[in-house]
Amino acid sequence: MSLKEFFIAHWGEITRAALEHISMVGIAMLLAIGVGVPLGIVITRRRRLRAPVLGISNLIQTIPSLALFGFLLPLPWLAARADRLAITALALYSLLPIIRNTYTGIMGVDPAIREVGRGMGMTDGQLLFQVELPLALGTIMAGIRVATVISIGVATIAAAVGAGGLGEFVFRGVAMVDNQFILAGAIPAALLALGADFGFGLLEKKLQRRH
Amino acid sequence: MSDQAGNAAIEFLNVTFRTAEGRTLLSNLNLRVQRGETLVLLGRSGSGKTTTLKLINGLLTGQEGKILVDGKAIQDWDLIRLRRHIGYAIQDVGLFPHITVERNLGLVPRLEKWPPERIRARTEELLNLVGLPADEFRNRYPNQLSGGQRQRVGLGRALASDPPILLMDEPFGALDPLTRADIQREFKSLQQRLNKTVVFVTHDVREAILLGQRIAVMDAGRLLGVYAPGEFLQSREPVVSDYVNVLRSEMNLFENLEK
Repeated sequence: MSLKEFFIAHWGEITRAALEHISMVGIAMLLAIGVGVPLGIVITRRRRLRAPVLGISNLIQTIPSLALFGFLLPLPWLAARADRLAITALALYSLLPIIRNTYTGIMGVDPAIREVGRGMGMTDGQLLFQVELPLALGTIMAGIRVATVISIGVATIAAAVGAGGLGEFVFRGVAMVDNQFILAGAIPAALLALGADFGFGLLEKKLQRRH
Repeated sequence: MSDQAGNAAIEFLNVTFRTAEGRTLLSNLNLRVQRGETLVLLGRSGSGKTTTLKLINGLLTGQEGKILVDGKAIQDWDLIRLRRHIGYAIQDVGLFPHITVERNLGLVPRLEKWPPERIRARTEELLNLVGLPADEFRNRYPNQLSGGQRQRVGLGRALASDPPILLMDEPFGALDPLTRADIQREFKSLQQRLNKTVVFVTHDVREAILLGQRIAVMDAGRLLGVYAPGEFLQSREPVVSDYVNVLRSEMNLFENLEK
């Protein structure tokens, strides 16, 4: 059977796995953004928290992905469902680029601009939401873009803990020494990653075009 | 005498300011800015003029001595209220790059929760005031303006909520000489009409003489003296005569070239 025929024969399964994959990464990214962006903001305000927050998120990122899934396994609520576990791991993995880019994006705003805002009588919140975040948005998007692309790759490993996704094909292929199965997982995953990279890239450019 | 005290918009009483590292940027400053006057702070970089300016709107705090704005000590002001009571314009970078001219101009009114139609009317009025046709410039972004246009918008923005006090930190410093002369002239006529209290920082002695009703000369964190333009030209204070000599030599150069 050629690869093309294989794809046609397993089309339904591949789509289901791809959708699983997308939803896993999507939920994980929303979580990571929801935690990472506020943390990134906090460390621009509380300098003392900067080193520990960046240090810990850095540390998480150095854990090999398979090991991270393993570390989370003993946790009762998380391990009760495989997708829960996988989403948590992906979100943790995505924190560093999001926190770091939020931080550098805000710190990269021209200090003179910030001072003018304060001099005009903006409160810290007004400065943040009306000046700093809009100006940092391009950089923050770049962080989200990197995190998403990494997550799409790492999510293939989630199949190891039974969370499904395109990794299922890869693991089955490895077990059966069948390249077509591996490619049925790897090619769609690669396309997803490229698509996300391209889409976020456009968004990023749009956000940065004005200035 | 209470009448005289009431005429001071800003007053510095024995003010000394040191950085966190203990470097003295300003020592024992006593200065009174009258209501409605334009006072120029003249000095080279590092003389303490910008420090003086930033102490007035609380961008720098922690000084020794007393600073009064409208008769009230600066610590007794709510910092946000104080700053909205004072317009602030700085050199070049002052406009927010991510919002249009209209939104830049309407920023303080928006913070003050003016109704939208009043903000719109005000931005139109401000654009006319600083000599930019409203229809043409309203929706532009700062990077679509020339240096002179940006500076005009910056000036308009500082005037937006009609604050009684204006602080200007080398607002025309980055402009080419022709644009600069234009905008200085307009600023002067604007000032005569609006009658604001203005504290204007510059290192350009010509600008100081052109715009200042009084010129406060600073050097190395000290106030050397406050002069009306006429007195300034006659002063024996060495730093002041240095400035006057610069003017003279320019004039000589001009005369020599004309011969």
